[in-house]
Amino acid sequence: MSELTTGLPRRPRPKPLRRRHLGVHAVLILGSVVMVGPFFWEVMTSLKTLGETLTVPPTVFPRSPRWSNYGDVFDTLPFGQMFWNSTIQTLGRVLGQLVLCSMAGYAFARFEFRGRSLLFGLFLSVLMVPSQLFLLPQYEIVAGLGWLNSLQALIVPGLFSAFGTFLLRQFFLSLPRELEEAAKLDGANHWQIFTRIMLPLAKPGLIALAVLDVLWSWNDLMWPLVVNNDPSKMPLSVGLASLIGQFSVDTTTLMAGSVLATLPVLLLFVVLQKQFIQGIAFSGSKG
Amino acid sequence: MAGVLTDREQASGTVGATAPAGSSSGSGSRGDTPAPGRRPGRPGRSHQPGRGMSRMRRNDLFWAAVFILPTLLGLVVFYLWPVVRTLLISFTETGPFGGSEFVGLANYRELFGDARLWETMLNTVKFTVVALLGIPVALVIAALLSTEGLRGVRIYRVLYFLPVVTMPAAVGLIWRTLYNGDVGVINALLGLVGIEGTNWLSNPATALYAIAAVGIWLSLGTQIVIFLAAIQGVPKDLYEAAALDGAGRIRQFWSITLPQISPSVFFISVLAVIGALQTFDLIFVMTGPTNPAYPQTETIVAQFYQRGFVENQQGYAAAIALVILVVIVAVTALQFRLQKKWVHYV
Repeated sequence: MSELTTGLPRRPRPKPLRRRHLGVHAVLILGSVVMVGPFFWEVMTSLKTLGETLTVPPTVFPRSPRWSNYGDVFDTLPFGQMFWNSTIQTLGRVLGQLVLCSMAGYAFARFEFRGRSLLFGLFLSVLMVPSQLFLLPQYEIVAGLGWLNSLQALIVPGLFSAFGTFLLRQFFLSLPRELEEAAKLDGANHWQIFTRIMLPLAKPGLIALAVLDVLWSWNDLMWPLVVNNDPSKMPLSVGLASLIGQFSVDTTTLMAGSVLATLPVLLLFVVLQKQFIQGIAFSGSKG
Repeated sequence: MAGVLTDREQASGTVGATAPAGSSSGSGSRGDTPAPGRRPGRPGRSHQPGRGMSRMRRNDLFWAAVFILPTLLGLVVFYLWPVVRTLLISFTETGPFGGSEFVGLANYRELFGDARLWETMLNTVKFTVVALLGIPVALVIAALLSTEGLRGVRIYRVLYFLPVVTMPAAVGLIWRTLYNGDVGVINALLGLVGIEGTNWLSNPATALYAIAAVGIWLSLGTQIVIFLAAIQGVPKDLYEAAALDGAGRIRQFWSITLPQISPSVFFISVLAVIGALQTFDLIFVMTGPTNPAYPQTETIVAQFYQRGFVENQQGYAAAIALVILVVIVAVTALQFRLQKKWVHYV
């Protein structure tokens, strides 16, 4: 992961004529407006009164910011509960995958045993199948266990990831073997080597997987939609989506809710920008 | 770019293509493309036969089992067995009081005779074609961001990436507001230049394209980041030589950048197609069965969801899922075949 070249151009001497970039900046800024404008509008709308959202032509800035829309989110929607569900779902999947995928990935990278290639091929084959092929039977299994409308329904199938195993296997392969060999000579067993030496070294890979999992898990729509139809068991991704277009909830309240729902991943992205971008580039860069 | 691949894999030129299937990846599945000729991790050294070695091997086998079995079991139960199970379900029909009976190929016969399947298929193809139009846009932006000595690249990259991290429900809500026919900003802006807008999301003529445009907006960030990384990898002396020959920036882009990064362009196009063929989230959050334009926007995965989880026709839905699989495999195989004509591996 550390070798990924998603970095910025490193050029020693900037051209003296910056003005030549004016045209480039003009296009890029115009593009940025299209990319960010909708978010700006989201925040503005979340601070308007319902009446103000219906004016023609639309006003850009709210006449007087109505912060109480954000309070309404908690009063009129089960927002707190849904936020909690999203948090548990995301934490559960992320922690589970970090443990399970790092173990499996390490084994595929370092242990030699008969049938390893075949088994790894089996793992990879999961990656090639579109998710619709899993959904009906996953639903059957979860329903059979009596887990519909429960938090474990949101978490358990997401604990296992062929992608995560693959990502971490690649990462372990890129680490030098010398430290392990030395530890082996010192009499450490595989578990000790793994937990004390390899996992600390694999931190960048683990962070990359965690970041991707947070993104995918927090925003996951179809699976939670299918298994949990009780609003008190829904994560935000489904809870908000199912409220859109219903006249029982004001648009302004929903807007405020969507701002709050987006915020955690957005903040994480701002803090861990590099890891996010490297993770995305990895997940889409093996070609 | 694929910095984490092993030397062995890079040397043999086998690079697997793996990625989240756009916004429509379900629970843990990441749609994917087969890598031709991948032979994953062969042991680097072979063991000599002998008692000591075999004990070590058994030891390795024990630890391998400890490390791999939990994930293996989970994948078998929740991902591998379900594929087989879906195939089996597709040969059954759910009765009105639950329970299912074997009906052979009846679901498939019904499916292929169903005009709705072909309509949703056509909608899906339209989505996919529009999604591909985003690639040239991403290429141009990535090329502009690679301008020598340009300032603010980091900020631009964050801004363009923002939609990637946004929850689909929020995306749907925002764009519904922007596209609104009566009070939406887009129509207000169009009004300024004398164009009369429409109710973009409920007009059957525009709804699909309006949604597909949001799809481009969503995936642009990922594509730019990958192209940016690819462009960084192009040897600088190529540009210097071209500049000496008097080639301008646009000429350099066509003659050097584009051929050099064509493997990435190919890869992104494979991803974009797989993602677009599975469009669901955007449909779910931007239209819905009550929308007058819904028949013109319903994708094949939306139809799968409708049949399988709303109308309780699991057998029929399973058959749709298998059709989706076949379509994705066929289209991806076609792309791999066509790549020989335009992708240059250095």
